[in-house]
Amino acid sequence: MNKGGMSEGGISEGRVLSPGEARGALICLDEPLSFWGGVDSETGLIIDQSHPQVGQNIATKVLVMERGRGSSSGSSVLAEAIRAGTGPAGIVLAVDDEIIALGAIVADEIYGIQMPVVVLDPAVHASLCQDEREVVGSVDIGVLAPMTGPAIVRILP
Amino acid sequence: MSRGLVELSEADEAMLGGVLGEGLALAMRVVTRVATAMGASKLLDIESAHIDSCLDHGQAGVDFAARLAKERCQVRVPTTLNVSSLDLIHPELYRGEPSTKIRARRLMQYYEDMGCQPTWTCAPYQSEQRPDFGQHIAWAESNAVVFANSVLGARTHRYGDFIDICAAVTGRAPAAGLHLEENRVGQIVLDVSGLRPSLVEVDVFYPVLGHLLGQLAGSRVPVIDGLGFGVSEDRLKALGAAAASSGSVGLFHCVGTTPEAPDLYTACGGSTAVERVVVDAEMLVRARDMLSTSTNTELGMVSLGTPHYSVREFERLVELLAGRRTHQSVNVYASTSREVLTEIELRGWVAYLEEAGVQLVTDTCTYITPIIADCHGVAMTDSAKWAHYAPGNIGVEVVFGATEDCVESAVLGRVVRDEGVWSQ
Repeated sequence: MNKGGMSEGGISEGRVLSPGEARGALICLDEPLSFWGGVDSETGLIIDQSHPQVGQNIATKVLVMERGRGSSSGSSVLAEAIRAGTGPAGIVLAVDDEIIALGAIVADEIYGIQMPVVVLDPAVHASLCQDEREVVGSVDIGVLAPMTGPAIVRILP
Repeated sequence: MSRGLVELSEADEAMLGGVLGEGLALAMRVVTRVATAMGASKLLDIESAHIDSCLDHGQAGVDFAARLAKERCQVRVPTTLNVSSLDLIHPELYRGEPSTKIRARRLMQYYEDMGCQPTWTCAPYQSEQRPDFGQHIAWAESNAVVFANSVLGARTHRYGDFIDICAAVTGRAPAAGLHLEENRVGQIVLDVSGLRPSLVEVDVFYPVLGHLLGQLAGSRVPVIDGLGFGVSEDRLKALGAAAASSGSVGLFHCVGTTPEAPDLYTACGGSTAVERVVVDAEMLVRARDMLSTSTNTELGMVSLGTPHYSVREFERLVELLAGRRTHQSVNVYASTSREVLTEIELRGWVAYLEEAGVQLVTDTCTYITPIIADCHGVAMTDSAKWAHYAPGNIGVEVVFGATEDCVESAVLGRVVRDEGVWSQ
């Protein structure tokens, strides 16, 4: 694995917290987000007034943020958003987050909808957002997170 | 980057295989999948659970609870329930959609059917039955988690919805995270020894310090050094709730007060190379200011009791009111558990508070469900957690203040704050 950043072709390997496949527009968050109190599960809008990206919509995008934050109700809000189709297509973290993983695991268990959650090496994760932050919405990203083995995160051409 | 398989006991395997029904199989699948995600090598037995999943966030939560309850899953350990979306003692307060109310009530019933105690509180640690030092437990609700770990010295990871009930019905949790000794040592020290004693002696200092703590620590274990001995449980509760809202703090140590921090050296696991931040009054003032979204002095409501007020906090509220009535233009709410409500009723304080114009709220909280009346002006609170979440959840402008400020403002009908404690 390339520790210094995304490798040639923009491919990185990571660890799977919950499996699935996703592709979508990249959205990088500058601050950690709590789904409960932070996201409206009916619309996918960020509603946390103290969050720098309040008002942006995470629905069907690949959400890249360092870690989650705050309330343990986040799992329910995420599972409900996945059920309702307002959740992200996939989530790419730099730090393990069981509250986020749980929302995805339960949506998989009870609805059979897989929304991948993967963790990248922090340095690689940081480079993903540093390089692409200015062009949110214009860059697509793919996530392949199998049940066993490493995840692949790739900037799509 | 791959992780090994989780070692399961024979009983775990039997549950997973569906020998004891499809509900337990689902619960064990969730526990083992989370254990794998956490990198746990095995599961461990738990001795109690606190469930957050009983608060309605939509259809997914109800569908999940129904799958377990309809398969007749029963909790295997003493299990308390967090706040719900409904105040069953004051049902007239509910102002939301009837269909949402029906869904929320159904969700609550599923958890009661599974043998959980209908405590409906975010502060289960204020009950007489609470976990002992060193016990492994599976608690959800971020403020309850941080209190159980930090103040009681019990061991729970920062559990979220769904795994709470899965751990309760299987009696098992991943041997990972804050269950393990090595993950409980301090990773960042906040030195508060240089602060004026007059600041450290007021209640409002603690939620503000907690807010700062969460921002600085993120998901690390912070150690507070310099507060001396015997910081009260109510103050630690306000601090922890704030830190678990502004950050992902699941455990903090307070040197001289909390059980795993008899001294700084022990709290840091014997390491002397831990990052140290010297906290000054200016940092605290900035943290306090972040908890308000408005400088408007027109006051519409006051919300107290997040986390649920203790008997002592009600005692303080009664003292501060000193027989005065709150202003007619201000709706004043104080949230608590039904257990505390029973005690303050016996003490005669319920009638006293109602007479003063304070609406008591039980089983739920004012910022998670539509119960507050229309708010003309700002909402004031003594809770850093409420200040953090209410603007997004219920669309109010908020001013954070000391409990004393909240009471004075409620009586006068406009926002007043004693700035003296923060100046110099």
